[in-house]
Amino acid sequence: MVEVPDPGWIESRLIAARPRALAALLRYFRDLDLAEEAFQEACLRALSKWKENGPPRDAEAWLILVGRNVTLDQVRRQSRLTTLPDEQAISDREDVEQSWAERLDESHYRDDVLRLLFTCSNPELPATQQIALALRVVSGLTVRQIARAFLVDERAMEQRITRAKVRIANQGLPFETPGPVERAERLAAVLTMIYLVFNEGYSDSSPSSERASLCDEGIRLARLVLRLFPSEPELMGLLALMLLQHSRKLTRFDEQGSLVLLEHQDRARWNQTLIGEALAMLDKAMLHRRPGPYQIQAAIAALHARAKQPQDTDWAGIDQLYAALELRAPSPIVTLNRAVAVSKVRGAEAALEMVDGLSEPLQGYFYFHGLRGALLKQLGRNSDARRAFTQAIGLAGTAAEAAHIREHLDQLERDVSR
Amino acid sequence: MLYTLLCYNDELVTSAWSEEKDAAVMTCLGAVHEKYKRHFGPVVRLMPTTAATTFRKNENLVTDGPYAETKEQLLGFHVLDVENLEQAVAIVRELSDANPGGAYEIRPIMLFYPNGAAVVGGPNTEARPAANDG
Repeated sequence: MVEVPDPGWIESRLIAARPRALAALLRYFRDLDLAEEAFQEACLRALSKWKENGPPRDAEAWLILVGRNVTLDQVRRQSRLTTLPDEQAISDREDVEQSWAERLDESHYRDDVLRLLFTCSNPELPATQQIALALRVVSGLTVRQIARAFLVDERAMEQRITRAKVRIANQGLPFETPGPVERAERLAAVLTMIYLVFNEGYSDSSPSSERASLCDEGIRLARLVLRLFPSEPELMGLLALMLLQHSRKLTRFDEQGSLVLLEHQDRARWNQTLIGEALAMLDKAMLHRRPGPYQIQAAIAALHARAKQPQDTDWAGIDQLYAALELRAPSPIVTLNRAVAVSKVRGAEAALEMVDGLSEPLQGYFYFHGLRGALLKQLGRNSDARRAFTQAIGLAGTAAEAAHIREHLDQLERDVSR
Repeated sequence: MLYTLLCYNDELVTSAWSEEKDAAVMTCLGAVHEKYKRHFGPVVRLMPTTAATTFRKNENLVTDGPYAETKEQLLGFHVLDVENLEQAVAIVRELSDANPGGAYEIRPIMLFYPNGAAVVGGPNTEARPAANDG
């Protein structure tokens, strides 16, 4: 008896197969649009065939083979009609008889999927295009879903993705098998892109919005890459970092959409499953003794996650970790964050001194003025604090950020009128 | 007779589930656990294989990732105390309706230490200290 899976099952199988199958088709056709078309065709056939015959043993191989054959047929047919046969697209024709099982082993998938992801994380592309491209091509979200996540209309998103594709097509895709150095570089670019995807979702105030689902996509992409590169401590660090941040998603904003600070969040509602997985990842990463910025950031987030109550937070440990991060990945933002830990360990005065040293690079940065205002307020310098908060409000990127600062200002007003 | 139900599925599929879908599957499985609760011992769901570490004994080597690079991975297990295989299969059928895809391996237990005290597999074996096992 053939077991007939429900259509929902086929769909989730197709979503799961997408990155590997598409990546292999990209290697074959050397053209992103053609590879996507081929995968699309294969999915359409899978929906009817798998319903009749049950799922194939190796869904990915099935999709690659069918997608390739259907699309080759179409390319051949079209080339008969048009005067310009696309030789480039069918240049691998002589490989057709080669054993597929042999070509689809783990190491092939590894470089295929890395190439696909790397294509989307081309540093030449602006961040927004990288994210849009990865969500469309790798995650398989529809243009409409992505447009909604970015709060732009569908046509604008379509154009953004098309522009990105034209740009990478003009640059030429990287098809040679990468050496170790190149592979490491590609991986680093991919990690950055994955974190961009996650952060795009992280900034949203409502945990159930389309945009917030980008956090899940970021985590999913990291797991996908980690399966192919199981021994990369920075990749483990990135996944741990995202899991820890995501574990607080229900508590980061209140019902009005205002930002809730770490110390005021309801820790009982932090997702312990995600925290548990993150701590396990970090533990594994540390065995390698190859620390890096993602691992350190994850370690900082882990110290927060481990504190049952805000007053249990190991601020001295966090201060040290930020100091390590400043060494490896120095940036004014890192120092700004360190200042928060410093204010807890050594007081607002020491922290303010640190923050004031950042006024030049961070003049246009919301959190700089926000933290400065909070420190000044702690020190009782209310009019300076008011000035800082007013500057912060002008730089707020979201309504939630602005509302949070306004609350500070209102408090100062109340203090004055009291 | 004590059995272990080893749950295998393609992790690429299960990890692509939405939070809602995951919760729905867990609820359906929970209903089966509740229905047969006198037969169920420990029920274990494992973290993703990306969290796994493997120790290879011959090489005395710690490596990242799961032991076997297979299409379907071990994602969890149950301990089941039933009369016979037929009864085990009946329960597994219901679990599988609740959570389609993948496979359950039904494996008789040879030795069981629930709390450090050995229980030898056999029809409805009661827990008793290993020292008294004759």
